[in-house]
Amino acid sequence: MTDKSTNRADIQRRNFLKSGALLMSFSLASGVNLMIMNSGANAQANAKIRWGLLIDANKCSPECDACIRACANEHGWENNGKLTDPQWIRKVKLKNKQTGREVSLPLMCQHCEFPPCVDVCPTGASFKRKDGIVLVDRHICIGCRYCMMACPYKARSFVHEKINNQKTTTPRGKGTVEACNLCVHKLDRGDGITACAQACENSGNGAIIFGNLNDKNSKISRALANYPSVELRDDLGLNLAVRYQNI
Amino acid sequence: MRVLLGALLIFIFFANSLIAEDNFPLIPKATGKPHPEGNEFIRINHMDLLRHDRDLVVKEGIRNIDNSLAQCVTCHVVRDENNEPVTYESEEYFCRVCHDYVAVKLDCFTCHNSVPSAEVSISLFRDENAPFERLMAYLEEKDNDR
Amino acid sequence: MERIKYSELSSGTKLWWAAAILTIIMAIGAFAVFKIEHYGHIVTGMNNQIVWGVPHIFAIFLILSASGALNIASIGSVFGKQEYKPLARLSSLMAISLLIGGLAILVLDLGRVDRLIIAMTTYNFKSIFAWNVLLYTGFLGIVAIYLYAQMVRKEQPFLLKSTALIAFLWRLILTTGTGSIFGWLVARSAYDAAIMAPMFIAMSFSFGLAVFMLIFFGISALGSGQYTAQMRIRQARLLVIFVGVVLYFTLISHLTNLYLAEHGGYERFILLDGGIYSFLFWVGHIFIGSILPLILLLHPRLNIRKGIIILAAILVVLGGFTQLYVIIIGGQAYPLEIFPGYEVSSSFSDGIINKYTPSYLEFMLGMGGVGLALFIILLGVKILRILPVNLSKNLGYENKLDVK
Repeated sequence: MTDKSTNRADIQRRNFLKSGALLMSFSLASGVNLMIMNSGANAQANAKIRWGLLIDANKCSPECDACIRACANEHGWENNGKLTDPQWIRKVKLKNKQTGREVSLPLMCQHCEFPPCVDVCPTGASFKRKDGIVLVDRHICIGCRYCMMACPYKARSFVHEKINNQKTTTPRGKGTVEACNLCVHKLDRGDGITACAQACENSGNGAIIFGNLNDKNSKISRALANYPSVELRDDLGLNLAVRYQNI
Repeated sequence: MRVLLGALLIFIFFANSLIAEDNFPLIPKATGKPHPEGNEFIRINHMDLLRHDRDLVVKEGIRNIDNSLAQCVTCHVVRDENNEPVTYESEEYFCRVCHDYVAVKLDCFTCHNSVPSAEVSISLFRDENAPFERLMAYLEEKDNDR
Repeated sequence: MERIKYSELSSGTKLWWAAAILTIIMAIGAFAVFKIEHYGHIVTGMNNQIVWGVPHIFAIFLILSASGALNIASIGSVFGKQEYKPLARLSSLMAISLLIGGLAILVLDLGRVDRLIIAMTTYNFKSIFAWNVLLYTGFLGIVAIYLYAQMVRKEQPFLLKSTALIAFLWRLILTTGTGSIFGWLVARSAYDAAIMAPMFIAMSFSFGLAVFMLIFFGISALGSGQYTAQMRIRQARLLVIFVGVVLYFTLISHLTNLYLAEHGGYERFILLDGGIYSFLFWVGHIFIGSILPLILLLHPRLNIRKGIIILAAILVVLGGFTQLYVIIIGGQAYPLEIFPGYEVSSSFSDGIINKYTPSYLEFMLGMGGVGLALFIILLGVKILRILPVNLSKNLGYENKLDVK
């Protein structure tokens, strides 16, 4: 089954590449302005790219929740403090038990290279894209929640009730599991940044750097090469795409 | 037993008249350009096209496809008396008109938004020349797979 | 030696009452399913922290009992103990029925029940969950053939022997798979241990036997079963061993965790200050589910009494439920250690004991599965020749041990 769909996908892609990619924009009768993205080869999931985030806990202000609001707004989720409410990204406050030092940081799906959620998913709904983004294919998610049991970061939420008025770019619905998708729709259309990183930049804190971990010259790679950073639960050997500094 | 068979025959007879042509659902008019492949083609194949392209989007991140659901929703919007788009919860919703008629469950809109959104970039029939040929190639491929 | 005769359960008022009660229980379960389906899991007590709740406890209990219930047949056919053979048919029927009941709960608790077909057709072979789907369905098929081989008019020794052996091996693999659902979770301190698989096997032996005994008592009470004294005393002794083995595995797993500093917090939580979880562990699992039945079943005078043996089996079942509650819910209630050495707080329950209040719907769903399993068993013994009827007369099973 999977083979077949990959085949089709390949055919479609080949045809598509032959036809070339253009950027155009035109108006529809209703007045809605539709834009066609130039994406082609560079915007679709590319195995040469590995998207990642670098989060500097020192620069993250404890009071600021710009990244959370940006994510909620981008993807249309809401957390009102109920235990059943989703939370794609959350602010965690840390206090070192020995030294008493306090920091805060945003925590979201870490987009592991070896994601436990993908290993345990019975149907393969939980999967990793070629560019390292870990996603839930909600078309085949049966809502068993085993991935939520398996995630070391509690990154995933289960949609407990009916949802209306979803964002068109982020379909989500009752009975399936969801998590940070690294703003995959934004990356695919070539925005080159996630909502949280953009919001953090706009807030002036600049605690989140987004970029391609495989590109040695990207800002994120240079920062990682020059300053110490950690992975959360690095004992698990999952090789995370989200790294932290100054925890 | 004979009574049962008789009842069944009578039922079939009437059921037949029930699906006579004048009882077909009234399909709401769409805005935008017509499907280059023809409506009949889309009526028969829309589910395969949607499934094929959803896999492209979700798995491969190829989003400038011909048959995105957001695109369907944009052109096939049905508006109520206040000129507001109706959601799939209304019986007048474009997809539901036929889906209710043939009693096929509509599953897209438990997750996807059923009304058009202005904020989104969606591809319209981007490649004006080739989509039909490509569709044919795809469907041939599908036939070969079977 | 005369052949053992088998017969259907004879009709009677009691039987109809039992069927009616079970139907009502199933209807209640169905109500819960529709309600959860319609409103979503918001109507259950499960949430984003406790993602598996009471339905999963029922489901896993039934699945473990299913593979354990087959032991009676295996002891007869694989290990050649003649005295267990007459019960092999009932044992196989129970294995199938209990598994169906457990799977029904598991499946009906899914977020998207309507996508069951996807679960059956799309597999990720790296997932132990996916393997379990295959193991469960395979088990149903193999035990069905095994049951056929036992019941077929013209005996086929090879078919019987081989299916008995395959079924026995399969149930070991199956329970290993069930245990590994937890054992292979690296994320949580409560799980992530190879001992989960053998411990679940031990649990399945113990729960399965206790459930078998209780159901057989129940069927005997409905009329035509013959739970002879010797049989029940023999099984009670076996239950002592199984309960002891579960206790042993529990001890080892906790000792191992206590030795490792990183699991100290979790052990403290379960054993000492976990509130309901510590209570359920010590009072439910250890005292009611293990110590008390061991005392009853080892007592030289009490352990041959019918009432005492029934009581002990009930206690083992109750203890089993509490044990699973502690493992499944307690394991999730303890916070994930994402930042060792830090005090953690957030708006998503980081660093705190997760709250869980099961809703009545979850119990209704779980009981519905139990009702389904029992109904299938009842249907089976009613329409098939499952129950041995001439045990005491022909095989000398009755002896002086029978003190009523």
